[in-house]
Amino acid sequence: MRWLLLLLGMAAAQPRSGTQDMSRELQAMQADDSANPGMLWMQEGEALFQRREGLAGKACADCHASLAGVAARYPAWDPATAAPIDLAGRIQQCRAERQQAAPLPRESEPLLALTVFVARQSRGMALAPPADPRLAPARARGEALFRQRRGQLNLSCAQCHEERAGLRLGSALIPEGHANGYPQYRLEWQALGSLQRRLRNCMVGVRATAPAYGAAEYLELELFLAQRGAGLPVEAPAVRP
Amino acid sequence: MTSSARAVLALALLVAGPAWAQGDAARGRAIVTNRQKGLCLLCHSGPFPEERFQGNLAPSLAGAGRRWTAAALRARITDSQGLNPGSIMPSYGAVQGLRDVAPAFRDKPILTEAEIEDVVAFLLTLDDE
Ligand code: HEC
Ligand code: HEC
Repeated sequence: MRWLLLLLGMAAAQPRSGTQDMSRELQAMQADDSANPGMLWMQEGEALFQRREGLAGKACADCHASLAGVAARYPAWDPATAAPIDLAGRIQQCRAERQQAAPLPRESEPLLALTVFVARQSRGMALAPPADPRLAPARARGEALFRQRRGQLNLSCAQCHEERAGLRLGSALIPEGHANGYPQYRLEWQALGSLQRRLRNCMVGVRATAPAYGAAEYLELELFLAQRGAGLPVEAPAVRP
Repeated sequence: MTSSARAVLALALLVAGPAWAQGDAARGRAIVTNRQKGLCLLCHSGPFPEERFQGNLAPSLAGAGRRWTAAALRARITDSQGLNPGSIMPSYGAVQGLRDVAPAFRDKPILTEAEIEDVVAFLLTLDDE
C-alpha cells in the first residue's frame, strides 16, 4: 500500500513537456523527421561536424564518434573556467581551443546547427542533470531568478510556469516551461532557436531587460530548468507555435 | 500610492470635486482591447465578441461596472498590488518598486492617469453579467 501511494505521489510530481500541450498537428510535425523543419539544421550540423576547421585542421568527428546522452546532462561544470557551461558553450569552446577556428557566436546558424546535431543524439533520453555540488550555487541563483518578479509588468517565471501552467495568456497556453526541446523550431520565429532565445522572449514579454546571450543569468536559469525538468525526454529539435 | 498621498487625494476630492478629467469610454474600450496597450485581455475575458483568444488568468470583466464604483476600479487599476501584494495584475500607475525594467519602459507607468480614467469610464458601462 505504501509503495502504491509513493508511486502515485511521484506520478503527480512528474513534469509535463510542452509538447503534450500542443495541437495534434504540431505534435505530428515534431515527431515526423520529414516534416520537422528543425531537421534542415540537423543536416547542416551533421555536415559541419565532419568538416575540418581552423588551424588545428581537425573536424569534430576526428575526436568524437557518438555523443549520445551528452545533451541530457548539460549544463555541466567546466573545470577550465570554473563555471557552468551549456552545450552550445561547450561546442564554442571545442571550436576555439581544439580546432583553433574562428569563434561561432551564440545564436549563429552554424552553432545552432551543431548544437541540434549533438542534442538530437540524446533524443528520448531522460534529462539527467549532474549532481556535481559545484553546480549547486549557480542552480540556486537560477531558482531565485525564476521566482523573482521583474519588468514593467512585474511578473516572475514561477507565477506563469508554476502557478498558472495550463491556463491561457491571451491565445497562448502557458506551458510548464521546460527546457527539454532545445534548440527548437518555433513557427513564430520561422527559425531554429536556442533556450536562451526563448528565455529572452519571456523576459521581453514582461518588459524586462534581457541580458546578452551567454550571460551568467541564462546559465543559472538553464541549470535550474534542467533540474526542474529532470526525467523528461530530450525532444530536440522540438516544434512550437 | 502611499497612504498619505491617498489621504491628500481624498481631501482634494472633498474640497474641489474630481481632480480627474472625465474619462472617455470609447477610448477606454480601445485601450482595454489593445494587447500592446492595456494588455487586459491577456489575462481577463469580457463582453468583446470580436476579440478572439481572451485570457483566463483573471475574473471576467463582464459586470465590472455593477460590482465596483469608479473609485474602486481606479484603485484596482492604478495599484492592484497595493490592494493585494500577491496579485499578478500589474499596477498600471506604478513606476517604483520594479526591477530590471527594459529601458523603453523605465520610469513610465503602463497607463497614464488620463488613460486610466478612460478605462474606468468604459468599465462603468459594463453593467450586465
Ligand atoms: C506572463 C507569463 C510568462 C512569464 C512571466 C514567463 N513566461 Fe515563459 N512562457 C510563457 C508562454 C505563454 C510560453 C509559451 C509560448 C508559446 O509557445 O506559445 C512560454 C514559454 C517558455 C518556455 C518554453 C517551453 C517549451 O515547452 O518550449 C520556457 C523554457 C520558459 N517559458 C521559461 C520562462 C522563464 C525562465 C521565465 C522567467 C525569466 C519565463 N518563462 C517567464 C509565459 C510566460
Ligand atoms: C497579468 C494579469 C492581468 C492583467 C494584464 C490585468 N489584470 Fe485585472 N485582474 C487580474 C487578476 C488575477 C485579478 C483578480 C484579483 C487579484 O488577484 O488581484 C484582477 C482583477 C481585476 C478587476 C476586479 C475584477 C472583479 O470583478 O473582481 C478588474 C475590474 C480588473 N482586474 C480590470 C483590469 C483591466 C481594466 C486591465 C487592463 C487595463 C487589467 N485588469 C489587466 C489580472 C490581470
